[in-house]
Amino acid sequence: MLKSTTALALGLVLASAAMAADYDKGASDDEIKFGTIVPLSGPASAYGSTGTCIAAYFDMVNDRGGINGRTVTVSVQDDGYNPAKMLEQARRLVEREGVLFIAGNIGTPTNSAIHRYMNQRKVPHLFLTTGASKWDDPESYPWTMPFIPSYAAEGRIYARYIKETMPDSMIGILYQNDDFGRDYLDAFVAELSDESMVAAAVSYDTSTATIESQMSTLKDSGADVFFNIASPKFAAQAIRRAGEIGWDTTQFLVSVANAKSAVLEPAGLAYATGIISTQYLKEPTNPAYAEDADVAAWKEFQSTYFPKGSDGNWWDWSCYATAYTIEHILTQAGDVLTHENLMKLASNLEEFEAPMLLPGIAITTSPEDFAPIEAMSLMKFDGENWALFGDVIAVD
Amino acid sequence: MIMESTDMTEGRTGPHRNLSVPLARLGYAAALLVLLAATSGLEGYDLFLASSILSYAISAMGLNVLMGYNGQISLGHGAFFAIGAYTAAICIDRFAVPFTLTPVIAGIVGMGAGWLIGKPALRLEGVYLALATFGLAIATPTVLRSDLFAEWTGGVQGLFLGIEPAPEWMGLDLDQSIYLTVVAYFGLFAFLTLRLVQGLNGKAWIATRDNPIAARAMGFDVTRAKTRAFVFSVLACSVGGALQAVAVQFVAPDSFPFFLSIALFTAVVVGGLCSPLLGPLLGAAFIVLVPNVTEEIWQGGSWAVYGGVIIGVIAIQSRGLAGIMTGITSWVRDRITGQTTTRYERK
Repeated sequence: MLKSTTALALGLVLASAAMAADYDKGASDDEIKFGTIVPLSGPASAYGSTGTCIAAYFDMVNDRGGINGRTVTVSVQDDGYNPAKMLEQARRLVEREGVLFIAGNIGTPTNSAIHRYMNQRKVPHLFLTTGASKWDDPESYPWTMPFIPSYAAEGRIYARYIKETMPDSMIGILYQNDDFGRDYLDAFVAELSDESMVAAAVSYDTSTATIESQMSTLKDSGADVFFNIASPKFAAQAIRRAGEIGWDTTQFLVSVANAKSAVLEPAGLAYATGIISTQYLKEPTNPAYAEDADVAAWKEFQSTYFPKGSDGNWWDWSCYATAYTIEHILTQAGDVLTHENLMKLASNLEEFEAPMLLPGIAITTSPEDFAPIEAMSLMKFDGENWALFGDVIAVD
Repeated sequence: MIMESTDMTEGRTGPHRNLSVPLARLGYAAALLVLLAATSGLEGYDLFLASSILSYAISAMGLNVLMGYNGQISLGHGAFFAIGAYTAAICIDRFAVPFTLTPVIAGIVGMGAGWLIGKPALRLEGVYLALATFGLAIATPTVLRSDLFAEWTGGVQGLFLGIEPAPEWMGLDLDQSIYLTVVAYFGLFAFLTLRLVQGLNGKAWIATRDNPIAARAMGFDVTRAKTRAFVFSVLACSVGGALQAVAVQFVAPDSFPFFLSIALFTAVVVGGLCSPLLGPLLGAAFIVLVPNVTEEIWQGGSWAVYGGVIIGVIAIQSRGLAGIMTGITSWVRDRITGQTTTRYERK
């Protein structure tokens, strides 16, 4: 009896040694620990709910039994949207708390502050909620990957649509004179490949009071298409002004500024009717998704685990897709919970369908392509709601 | 604001008179040794935190001279912190200046800016000066973001500081190199601050604060005293900013929100006005460490806890953390020696 027990024990030891799990700091036989840094305080604290959302999602995962028998711990930290604080928090997570990776962070300036640090440390810096195109740079920064479509991808989608459906149009562009504006503009013009289609491109600074003179210049250029690359406040002004001066065009509006309550209503719904923009997520409030399984699952998740989540803020559902993708990668990783393996899995996603993404939009990455979502659907404002039209347009 | 009347001759009277000066020197030397020893004792993240705290402490030392000793209120020294940080960043980015020297250049640039702004601003008294500096702090992030200087400042993108660790034969990694540099500047500013506040300048500052008319009658040049305090505070803030930028290795407009000025103000007052070294050091540790602790206590509501802690500290002892600390040590000493001191009476 004793002998057989010993043999059994010895056998178990040998077996477990043979299948030895491979761990980096932050993973063990019964725990996976990762961090997320969001602005819980400060001017951008509205976005902080994504951190709560990701933590809540893994509460749900843990209640279901965890991932491959491991409990997932999410350490949510506050950066107050301050780059210096972001670095402090990232160092705390990596060096003090010893997380396996950091994921789901928000903001361009803040993530810039840790871009180099994370890559020097070779700790995965995954699925950032920021639209700058610089995150997709696997050659120089092989440990950083964004999640949401970049401004550049969106700009290319508009260009492609205009080329296909109205090749003879003249385009007037209003753009914000910073990285955000130029990301859109450069990609848009490059994709048009015919610069003579641009009748005028006029910029404004965020410190300006009004953009009336810019709008007059654009009208005088004779353009019949208006591409509005503005942040919400100025986008609303531009739409209203275009209506007031009777500049009758097909209008394109960047997704950053397509909120109905913050932009279209102040601009005047009558002036906003007919505007074209893009979307890649299912809006829980849209009647079209009343029966949708994803939206039902999100609502269930929200009521049980994430009561603070709002169905009016896109980041409160986009983070659900982010968390789902993180879960997928951790499940795939099995017992090999190393930085390298996680990055390998994250950069080899093929047609992965995350919830809340529009039908036809899937996540695809490769070691050369660190842009998970590069397809969006066009939508038109009918005076009441946004309505999707046409096929999903993919650019890569 | 209740301003503790700092005894100009503090440390030179009383029963410990003959002992106190060498004892204090011994204390400073010991403290510096502890800071140096920390280089090998602490690891990356802790060294980074320590560098942050000491950079803020340098700034707070300067601001304490202005607010504590000279009695002027500034709500805008974050702007000078930003000027220092950006000067360091541009020096490294454009001119490949070794990072150890950037605080010197930052200090010169900052002092220039401080003198330009201080000259007209110092005609203003009390709340008016506070408001003028407040305007400066509000304008800073916008100016840094603007396209006007984007070629130099990197605009909204900010700038990376490419910092090389000390030469290999010194056996220091990057965090240790940065930390030692910060300690060196901290030592320098501790020395400068003590010399200034204990010397004639300090007397002029205190006299100007307590009674400008009497000070003038006694022959002090009130305007010059105020300008000097202001310029010194700006110098310290720009050097602190440069060191902080070196520690973080990145600057962006969002790193210097208006709130930074309030944080510096908090560091000075919570640390303890008129405590030239201990106060700023404790205050800097407070603004760096306490938010992390309060976040553990109540995530999402951490600033409510933080605010409560500030109110608590000031309610217990208006001389701030330094006051609490000296209170405790003198109480312990009195227990041991059986003496009583009267230094903590309010006048």
